[in-house]
Amino acid sequence: MQRKQIVRLALALAGVVASGAALAAPPFEDTIAQRVIACTGCHGKEGRAAPDGYYPRIAGKPAGYLFNQLRNFRDERRHYELMNGLLALLDDAYLQEIADHFSSLDLPYPAPLAPVGSAAQRDAGEALVRRGDPARGVPACNDCHGAQMTGLAPFIPGLLGLPRDYLNAQLGAWRSGQRRALPPDCMAQVAQRLSPEDIGAVSAWLAAQPVPAHAAAPPAPSTPLPIACGGVAAAAGTASAPTR
Amino acid sequence: MKLGKSSIALAVVAALVLLAAIAVVGLNRDDELPRAPEIAARASNAELVARGEYLVRAGSCYGCHTEPGGAAYAGGRAIETPFGIVNAPNLTADATGLAAWSSDDFWRALHNGRSRDGRLLYPAFPYPNYTRLVRADADAMFAYLKSLAPVAKQNRPHALRFPFDQSAALAVWRALFFRPAQFETDNARSPQWNRGAYLVETLGHCNACHSRRNVFGATAGPLDLAGGLIPIQNWYAPSLRDNAEAGVGDWPEREVVALLRSGVSARGSVQGPMAEVVARSTQFLSEDDLAAMATYLGSLPDRPDATRRATGDSDAAFVPSEAGAKLYTTHCAACHGDRGEGVAGAYPALAGNRAVAITPPANLVHMVLRGGFAPATPGHPRPYGMPPFATVLSDEQVGQVLSYLRASWGHRAPPVSTLEVSRYRGAR
Repeated sequence: MQRKQIVRLALALAGVVASGAALAAPPFEDTIAQRVIACTGCHGKEGRAAPDGYYPRIAGKPAGYLFNQLRNFRDERRHYELMNGLLALLDDAYLQEIADHFSSLDLPYPAPLAPVGSAAQRDAGEALVRRGDPARGVPACNDCHGAQMTGLAPFIPGLLGLPRDYLNAQLGAWRSGQRRALPPDCMAQVAQRLSPEDIGAVSAWLAAQPVPAHAAAPPAPSTPLPIACGGVAAAAGTASAPTR
Repeated sequence: MKLGKSSIALAVVAALVLLAAIAVVGLNRDDELPRAPEIAARASNAELVARGEYLVRAGSCYGCHTEPGGAAYAGGRAIETPFGIVNAPNLTADATGLAAWSSDDFWRALHNGRSRDGRLLYPAFPYPNYTRLVRADADAMFAYLKSLAPVAKQNRPHALRFPFDQSAALAVWRALFFRPAQFETDNARSPQWNRGAYLVETLGHCNACHSRRNVFGATAGPLDLAGGLIPIQNWYAPSLRDNAEAGVGDWPEREVVALLRSGVSARGSVQGPMAEVVARSTQFLSEDDLAAMATYLGSLPDRPDATRRATGDSDAAFVPSEAGAKLYTTHCAACHGDRGEGVAGAYPALAGNRAVAITPPANLVHMVLRGGFAPATPGHPRPYGMPPFATVLSDEQVGQVLSYLRASWGHRAPPVSTLEVSRYRGAR
């Protein structure tokens, strides 16, 4: 399985390289898109990474969510050396501008890859996504990420159109404490109640779902979430430590 | 009574060891003053605190004493050295920080490299530079740190390998490489030059990176600014005494000021560890102080290091490879231009860029692998970024494209081998 992933990753990277070559020397423009070419190298042209690799697409995700993730990488609550290094010396104002830019893009999602895993596994995944597991205190994904799982603006991301490897890695990282958010870290609590098999099932099902047309996240309703989230509380102006 | 030759030899050795031990202990106590309890009134002066904040920034304390995303100056950052890990302590006014410290204690730490409890401090804390601070500046810095909101955060013990974890070893190191000292004003120079020297050599501790370290991790002193590879990080801090590296003898003063203030200038931009220095320290300095640093740096004589240039003279060895040229066209030319001309204000030109030709090529390798943004500063708030190529190019390809740069557009620098790239790729 590992080797398969590596091959898939290599193919995805080859795709990035090939598309880079085909796009040689577009005219220089003083735009935010031009300034963030550092991001699109991995996240795909305009941030639209396809579900066949590791990197998540960033185009069209809720701005508050993207901003929080940029800060989480900068402040090393999330760990990926290249992201940590790129963002280390950027301030909140610029990170917000970058988040707003990618969030504002409304690009079509490609069709999902052919489903992986067994039908039983995907059924188990769907059950967790739609109903959770009240006995273990696991809320349904739908409860926070929207009935269509396209997220709720501005802080909660959609769960569709993401690579299965990426979903597995994020849920696993939350479970192990490797990925963190501003406290209270709701997703860490949820992931720690899931088994590795649960995570595999949820990822397999989510990655096989098509993204509905016009998948922009609707605004969050004013009803409280089933579980408190620091990243969402940041809406109320709870800022992290100052950059400098 | 008759003593054998071996007994005499043993006695002589014992006497020498004793004398050396006395010397080590004596040298480690050199220039220490008796410490008085704190006078409470001293730390409550707003002006003093403000000056202290400025000096703490000029001293680049933040970079080591603050964890990414953590409370400012609450410590916790692990500094990796060739001898193990040194954990930067909490400097806030909490009981786990400096709450119990007096300004005399603080002065002894900066000037003598000894902690409040009498322990010797490891020179990852740059007291070989801070020892030359004037007392009034140290007191202002202390007043500022005492004014910070207390953050409860226990210091982690260092994790140094034997024998470097032994205080006796540290005492010997200090006897060999450290003396408390004072900043000496050079009366033949202007006050501005002297201010610049004080900022560069003492407070800014520029030589902590911009000089070579011997096998014991010691520099040749604060005046040695001739460049060096930063241990563990393996970025090369170029020579400030060589106009082909980072010397500014032929730069207009305003460009030096712009670089230190905003991270960019018409002559170049900062990346890597120096970007952190600008972001955490020099961007906050006054125009006068930056100009003073420029004056001092500009006055350093241009002394290229012949050993570093030695391999760069013969043209024959440096024919750019076809593969390198192709990689350049595919991955680099869109931003840096077909002829390495770059885009003014956005993407650095590679033709005529001295950073391209510096040996060792450590920084080039890091830039290609990791990409980067110049720091966001008020003078340059929305920097352009370069993507990382660590996941795209193999070590061999990185070597090929860099060797191509280093043999193009008038550059005549030695090629970069696959082995060199993989060595730098492994660095943190």
